Amino acid sequence: MQPLGEGALLLECATVDTLTNRSMLALADQVTALDLPGLEAALPAWASLLVLFDPLCLTRARLEAVLSALVREVEPAPARPARVIDIQVRYGGEDGPDLAEVAARLGLSEAEVIALHTSQIYRVMMIGFAPGFPYLGPLPTALDLPRRSTPRTAVPAGSVAIAAGMTGIYPDRLPGGWHVIGRTEAQLFDPLRDPPTLVVPGDGVRFNAEAQRRRGAEGGR
Amino acid sequence: MRRGAGLRVVTGGLLTTVQDQGRLGALRYGVPRGGAMDRFALFAANRLVGNAPDEAGVEMLVSEVCFEVLQPSLLALTGAPIEAYWNDAPLPLWTTILARPGDRIYLAGKRHGWGARSYLALAGGVEVPVVLGSRGTHLSGRFGGLAGRVLRAGDLVMLREQPNDPLRRAGQPWPAEARPAYGPKPSLRFTAGPHQHCFGATSIEALAQAELRVSDHANRMGYRLDGHTVELTHPCNLPSLGVLPGVIQIPPDGKPVLLMADAQPTGGYPIIGVVCAPDLDLAAQLLPGDRLQLKPIGEDEAIEARRDYARWQATPLEPDDTVAQLALAGG
Repeated sequence: MQPLGEGALLLECATVDTLTNRSMLALADQVTALDLPGLEAALPAWASLLVLFDPLCLTRARLEAVLSALVREVEPAPARPARVIDIQVRYGGEDGPDLAEVAARLGLSEAEVIALHTSQIYRVMMIGFAPGFPYLGPLPTALDLPRRSTPRTAVPAGSVAIAAGMTGIYPDRLPGGWHVIGRTEAQLFDPLRDPPTLVVPGDGVRFNAEAQRRRGAEGGR
Repeated sequence: MRRGAGLRVVTGGLLTTVQDQGRLGALRYGVPRGGAMDRFALFAANRLVGNAPDEAGVEMLVSEVCFEVLQPSLLALTGAPIEAYWNDAPLPLWTTILARPGDRIYLAGKRHGWGARSYLALAGGVEVPVVLGSRGTHLSGRFGGLAGRVLRAGDLVMLREQPNDPLRRAGQPWPAEARPAYGPKPSLRFTAGPHQHCFGATSIEALAQAELRVSDHANRMGYRLDGHTVELTHPCNLPSLGVLPGVIQIPPDGKPVLLMADAQPTGGYPIIGVVCAPDLDLAAQLLPGDRLQLKPIGEDEAIEARRDYARWQATPLEPDDTVAQLALAGG
């Protein structure tokens, strides 16, 4: 647990895995529920928790004591997601301009990449980067690739992408360094909705290939 | 004139948006804090016109901006020391004025040596819908403020409440000694960040001695700084973690990035330090090419800086008769 400026505490975990993520989410919910004057916000991430506070109302020592007590007793959030959101994806072609390259680099066919990407339920580890962008994981190890060496200045809204052991969905037209393999019509973020995001940390997400436009499946081997 | 309209935008300027003190409630959905870049200047402008300090006002990047006043309005323009006019007369900054229908408030787009952003508050506050807990404009997300966009010619700035007793505060100045240490080449105080193991042992000292400049890559999300390269001794592959305005990130090229109001709430670059919250308002008044220094301080000093800031925020305001009459006669 370390200060991040005079008004924030950052709890970083050495182990970056799903169990840590479940603990961070549970902690964030507990911290948010605390009735502690001067506490401003709790932001869970992949393997960390950022707690914002007003140091003129609440001392760091006091907050650290409260957090330490919670950390000792924390029960990780359930491994099984409370709900699973299905996302329809058009893979390959214009919708997934990097599918062919991804397949080539991984030594797989495009159809195999799609089959792997749709083969499991992912956990929403965190939302960040942009309003409503979910970091989903863990990705099957057969799909592990580093980020693109040159990020794109703009990726269309709904782009489904993979990189660094994760998969994600661009909720809006954004710059992007991940490999775009498909696209969805799902609306990931709506500021007038409560919550404003289609998925929240702890949810499950399952990708389904849209049958009518399986361009990727015809592609190169 | 529509009922409740306070101002009509005649010239929109480069980057004129409705802002308030921002939103903390949606960080976990990837939504930045946002709000005014110079929070103090908007806070003070609101207090000057008798508003709650977290009301929405108008933030303007230094450029030519003009408003027509549509109803008798208490106004205050704070922030950068810019050339501004109330009809033909110079507009007193950091001072409440009572403007009349037909009056023009004109910002000429020239600064006096330094400064970047001005704030206009109107008695009654600016009426736009509250989105995710704030009236502030989030431009890239196209929500908040006026339809999620910049103000442009023809827009009406609506009043949230009809102010009563508008005469009472006219001529009220905000004392110069109760403001942050605004000025050219500010010294931004920072505390050490959590990832010192990624940097060379003398990195903080070297950063403190550097002559830094705001590069052309500078906007409401953050400023990339020129003039110094931080030595990354250990490759740091961090999983994305929560960040906040004030954080100084070091990307692989070693060029520091200072996160500002619209910074995304998570980031994956190692953090060398965090500028203390009060000094972010000084940073808000920088433009590309402006110089700055970073000064390492301890946590106690950073908390003391917050105490000073809170004292300035709470400064008692008493109308000064001479100034009051001047402001009433102006325009």
